[in-house]
Amino acid sequence: MSAGTTTAPTYRTLTVPQLDQLLSALCKEGYLTIGPTVGDAAIVYDEIRSTKDLPRGYTDEQEAGSYRLRENAQGYFAYITPVQSAKQYLHPPRQHLWEAVKDSEGFHILPDPPANTRYAFVGLRPCELRAIEIQDRVFLTEPFVAQHYKALRQAAFLIVAQCTRAGATCFCQSMGTGPAARGGFDLALTEFPEEATFLLEIGTPRGQAIVDAIGCAEAPEEMVEQARARQSQAALQMGRRLDTEELPKQLGSSYSSGRWEQIARRCLSCGNCTMVCPTCFCTNVEDTASLTGDHAGRWQRWDSCFTSELSYIHGGVVRKSTASRYRQWLLHKLCTWHEQFGESGCVGCGRCITWCPVGIDITEEAQALRQAH
Amino acid sequence: MQPSIDVSSSPADPMTPRMFRVLRNYNDTADCYTLSLQAEDGDPLLFAPGQFTMLYAFGRGEVPISISGDPSDPGTLIHTIREVGPVTQALREVKKGGLIGVRGPYGTAWPVKEAEGNDVVFVAGGIGLAPLRPALYQVLHRRSRFGKVALLYGARTPNDILYRDELEKWRSRFDMQVEVTVDRSQAGWRGHVGVVTRLISRTGFDPVNTIAMVCGPEVMMRFAVAELTGRGVAQEQIHVSLERNMKCAVGFCGHCQLGPAFICKDGPVFVFPEVKRLLSIREV
Repeated sequence: MSAGTTTAPTYRTLTVPQLDQLLSALCKEGYLTIGPTVGDAAIVYDEIRSTKDLPRGYTDEQEAGSYRLRENAQGYFAYITPVQSAKQYLHPPRQHLWEAVKDSEGFHILPDPPANTRYAFVGLRPCELRAIEIQDRVFLTEPFVAQHYKALRQAAFLIVAQCTRAGATCFCQSMGTGPAARGGFDLALTEFPEEATFLLEIGTPRGQAIVDAIGCAEAPEEMVEQARARQSQAALQMGRRLDTEELPKQLGSSYSSGRWEQIARRCLSCGNCTMVCPTCFCTNVEDTASLTGDHAGRWQRWDSCFTSELSYIHGGVVRKSTASRYRQWLLHKLCTWHEQFGESGCVGCGRCITWCPVGIDITEEAQALRQAH
Repeated sequence: MQPSIDVSSSPADPMTPRMFRVLRNYNDTADCYTLSLQAEDGDPLLFAPGQFTMLYAFGRGEVPISISGDPSDPGTLIHTIREVGPVTQALREVKKGGLIGVRGPYGTAWPVKEAEGNDVVFVAGGIGLAPLRPALYQVLHRRSRFGKVALLYGARTPNDILYRDELEKWRSRFDMQVEVTVDRSQAGWRGHVGVVTRLISRTGFDPVNTIAMVCGPEVMMRFAVAELTGRGVAQEQIHVSLERNMKCAVGFCGHCQLGPAFICKDGPVFVFPEVKRLLSIREV
């Protein structure tokens, strides 16, 4: 990506006032800074201007089908994962593609210029960073490149908040996507809440440039070691795990398992899991027309494999049953994604477990399907 | 570090159609019609037999349609379409001189080159004849490079037979076998009645050196494969074309997935063993 080649990591210390300077510097360079904030009784991503907008003192408790915001924590990044991920910005729920306009010749098409918003994401979790890389393969692999995604992705500045604790629905350790990111970011923070400082890891030359302008001190070796220790601690706190050894192969022979019917008795086919999943990419298109009939718009919007429309072909729906839709979703994440893109489609963020209204747990279901193998 | 992106380059955007003008739009049967199109920019749309395009009707939407014209005459883009929904209905209403948006071509091709030196059996059900016709044209253009050539075609009723004039022409050739059957007969019909797969047993070809290209409803393709393999044709010699409702045709939208396959990119033409297992499972 345009982030440039990753340089050898160099470490600095960053104070809270310096984090504010960093946010201002990003704003001055024309970035729209997006970070965690408290909204709708949850941690959500939104536009932030300064550290005052960050969810200081807040954390969250997540379990299957349950999310609670708590105000008993220390630090700015003490929560586990926000409700949504960077997907809602880089691959937005609704995207205008082009406009068709009637003229004397018939009609012509006005393509939408690629979005020119430059997002700076502040506090992405390592699993969310991996999710972006996974969506890159979907949208940026030649010969077909999604123009809007490409423009937003190339411009995006990525600041990771490394995880120093894990939640009850987290299993990034199993998926190899966290709790610490080792590259792919412009900058990464590890928070030391008791001292109100951060260890700052520089990932790219443009990350370096912005940090140099602030003038952060070099981090002592002990601080780097302590940060590593805190990240390792998070690895031990994972509330869920998923044994991925031979998993795609074993799931590949589970199409006829009776387990799908059992899951379908609980699954509401609501599609929440696909909406909160940071890698789910399915879309539909919508055609709109003006009242005069002279203009017709074409929009892309998120779709879900839990809808009947996704598999509709003339004459009927291919996946009629809830069992077949859940099977499509789980097998795509953990099995067929490997064949399509050479990696898993799951980063272990646990959102699908937390936000499932009936608490269906992908790690539990995958394990059950594997045992039935 | 503002990335340099050329906003004017619509061809680089895989979601933006090119404009094509309707040269002819005529009815083949009660529910099928053929659109003959020409690019507004004069650039012919080069395609391989079996590939498809996305056709856009103003304000109504886009649908994936197989190209059914002659690949050696790409200046005229031909699609035979069955009217099954609002978009295919809107496309039918576009008059001569009207405009249609076209993206593509997309997808994999029938193995015409690979079939050289072999007998070739085409098995078509209903509108499935349309995606096979470009391959048939190519084979007939280079007729001497192939062994026996057979076209087995099944329609619902005699009135639903597509390309009737061409079928009659092909049938009068001494270098190919053409068999047509209908599911339901009508007064005056003297031909076969029954499913198209039953015709396979009455067709002369050397199973060991045959390439079969099959296109039709999935159930018909399963039976066709069973008949062909029963005659001794190896599964690796059988190619099928699958259908799903593609929304993007470039692997972005996820609609056309069949297990690991994106039918838009990895298909629509597959060598049978690639999709055999998934076609045998319901609701994949």
